[in-house]
Amino acid sequence: MATYVVQRLLALIPTLFFASLIVFVTVRLIPGSVIDLMLSQNDIAVGKDRAQLEAALGLDRPVHVQYLRWAGAAVRGDLGRSLWQNTPVTAQLVDRLPVTFELGALALTVALGLALPIGVYSAVHQDTMGDHVVRSFSILMLAIPGFWLGTLVMVLPSIWWGWSPAIKYVALRQDPWANLAQMVVPAVILGTSLSAFTMRLTRTMMLEVLRQDYVRTAFAKGLSPGPVVVRHALRNALIPVVTLIGLQAPLLIGGAVIMEQIFVIPGMGQLLLEAVGQRDYPIITGVFLVLGVCVMLINLLVDLSYGVLDPRIRYRA
Amino acid sequence: MSTVALEVAGTPVRPRGAVAGFVIRLVRDKPLGTFGAVVFLLFLASGALAGVLAPYGMNEISPINRMKPPSLAFPFGTDNLGRDMLSRILYGARLSVIIGFCAAGLATVLSVAIGVVSGYLGGRVDMTMQRFVDAWMTFPDLVILIAVVSVVGPGMVQVTVVLGLLYGIAGSRIVRGAVVSVRENLYVDAAQSLGAGTPRILWRHILPNVLPPVIVLFTTRVGVVILAEAGLSFLGLGVPPPAPTWGGMLSGSGRAYMYQGPWLALAPGLCLTLVVYAVNMFGDALRDLLDPRMRGTR
Repeated sequence: MATYVVQRLLALIPTLFFASLIVFVTVRLIPGSVIDLMLSQNDIAVGKDRAQLEAALGLDRPVHVQYLRWAGAAVRGDLGRSLWQNTPVTAQLVDRLPVTFELGALALTVALGLALPIGVYSAVHQDTMGDHVVRSFSILMLAIPGFWLGTLVMVLPSIWWGWSPAIKYVALRQDPWANLAQMVVPAVILGTSLSAFTMRLTRTMMLEVLRQDYVRTAFAKGLSPGPVVVRHALRNALIPVVTLIGLQAPLLIGGAVIMEQIFVIPGMGQLLLEAVGQRDYPIITGVFLVLGVCVMLINLLVDLSYGVLDPRIRYRA
Repeated sequence: MSTVALEVAGTPVRPRGAVAGFVIRLVRDKPLGTFGAVVFLLFLASGALAGVLAPYGMNEISPINRMKPPSLAFPFGTDNLGRDMLSRILYGARLSVIIGFCAAGLATVLSVAIGVVSGYLGGRVDMTMQRFVDAWMTFPDLVILIAVVSVVGPGMVQVTVVLGLLYGIAGSRIVRGAVVSVRENLYVDAAQSLGAGTPRILWRHILPNVLPPVIVLFTTRVGVVILAEAGLSFLGLGVPPPAPTWGGMLSGSGRAYMYQGPWLALAPGLCLTLVVYAVNMFGDALRDLLDPRMRGTR
């Protein structure tokens, strides 16, 4: 098991290398633009000319030299400095990552909290009125863009009742309740839209498992429906559902970027969009890499959870 | 007589009236899919005929008609510059149609090219290409889009190409899967033993047989691309204003006015939801009718 985890972690390295190379090179295809932006804002670039600025930021070297310098530092956990604030990128990422992580974790909790019970209900009561209502709702949730729902939640309640979600961000450490109250609205929106896929898959898998012989045996020996559905059927239906969570990790992060923008939450998404506006290359590269690593780690966790769900699965290194 | 002989000789023969038969099956068996197809056709028509249907120009500013709620003269109301929302929605449909079809088309061609080569050749080529696809799919779509658009700059052509590349590489997995199963068929072995070259086998034997999943892939991609473009325009990274994109109409710069005129938020979002819903329903029905193997997957 430990060997398996180490191997999987080592396998991340080539992927990361290719990814960082691609991002690093493409992001630098227009080298002049950050200098132009800085020169147009006199207070930063006062008394300096183009060549001085380029030399100060290290942008005068050939791209491959820049990459090797960057990669050498990145291995030691130093992702460079912001071109504008001159603060270490790693520090900014460490600041923002927990915020996005909290939003993502809350959204995932909402998604599973909705999808599993409703999916199971829908399968157990197949082709009833409730099943149809639930399924139509989930198909609708697939089509509603999260950013539209978020915008409506910002605008409509304030017109109707004079209430709007708080947009002055409060950190979790400062005031946990105020923070949760703030995070809950975007998390519910994001979670509901994610739950649609999961709900459909849970229903499909449960329908299949409920027809298995061992479920019939469990019923035949007189167990009550609750334990049969949860312990015999659901547990066996969960493996594809868990796989789907891994596949949805990129969607979750993409959705978080948009929600952070609407609800003014200072997470990775806002950092990325600010950096894009300022052409702050080191930050863009850093955010990209960290989000990529997050997705890969989520998928590793997903693979490891198979063994917990199904003891027949063994990890061979 | 001669036409019959020709039909027998030509492989693979497309049965006469296949399209008509398909439409009949769609209407008979798939009411939701039919609904989706109708909405989708309406969407295409309003995009194509925007110039005729729209009562006003898409950027026609009318200072005395600013922020008018929906009325007979302005069925969807007007925005902060007095532009007619209905006209903007119609021209927005045109933009969505063009970007949706071009990007989904590009994505499908790319998926087929990568998937067919990777799946048919197998071995080391397949291995290398699939690791590249893996690396690509690790990153959140939206984050790739934001990063790339930040480099190439916002604009219709850029957004279309980036969306096409992004979903083309991701979709190649589905085509590859179909090719791998088709490759094992006897008629492929037969063609090989008759001395047919690889390009001929790919073109005449593999491609026609993976067509059903490819058509389904294209249809579902249209919806995905329209939604992704709207998301980018919402973030201000798509087609730049004053182009009337649905996502752009919902974006942060317009939000300040939505507090005074909630109709500004309703029409673009409703249209987007309806079109994506219709494409999804039509795509599901297509999958069930054309490619039963893919049932239940997305």
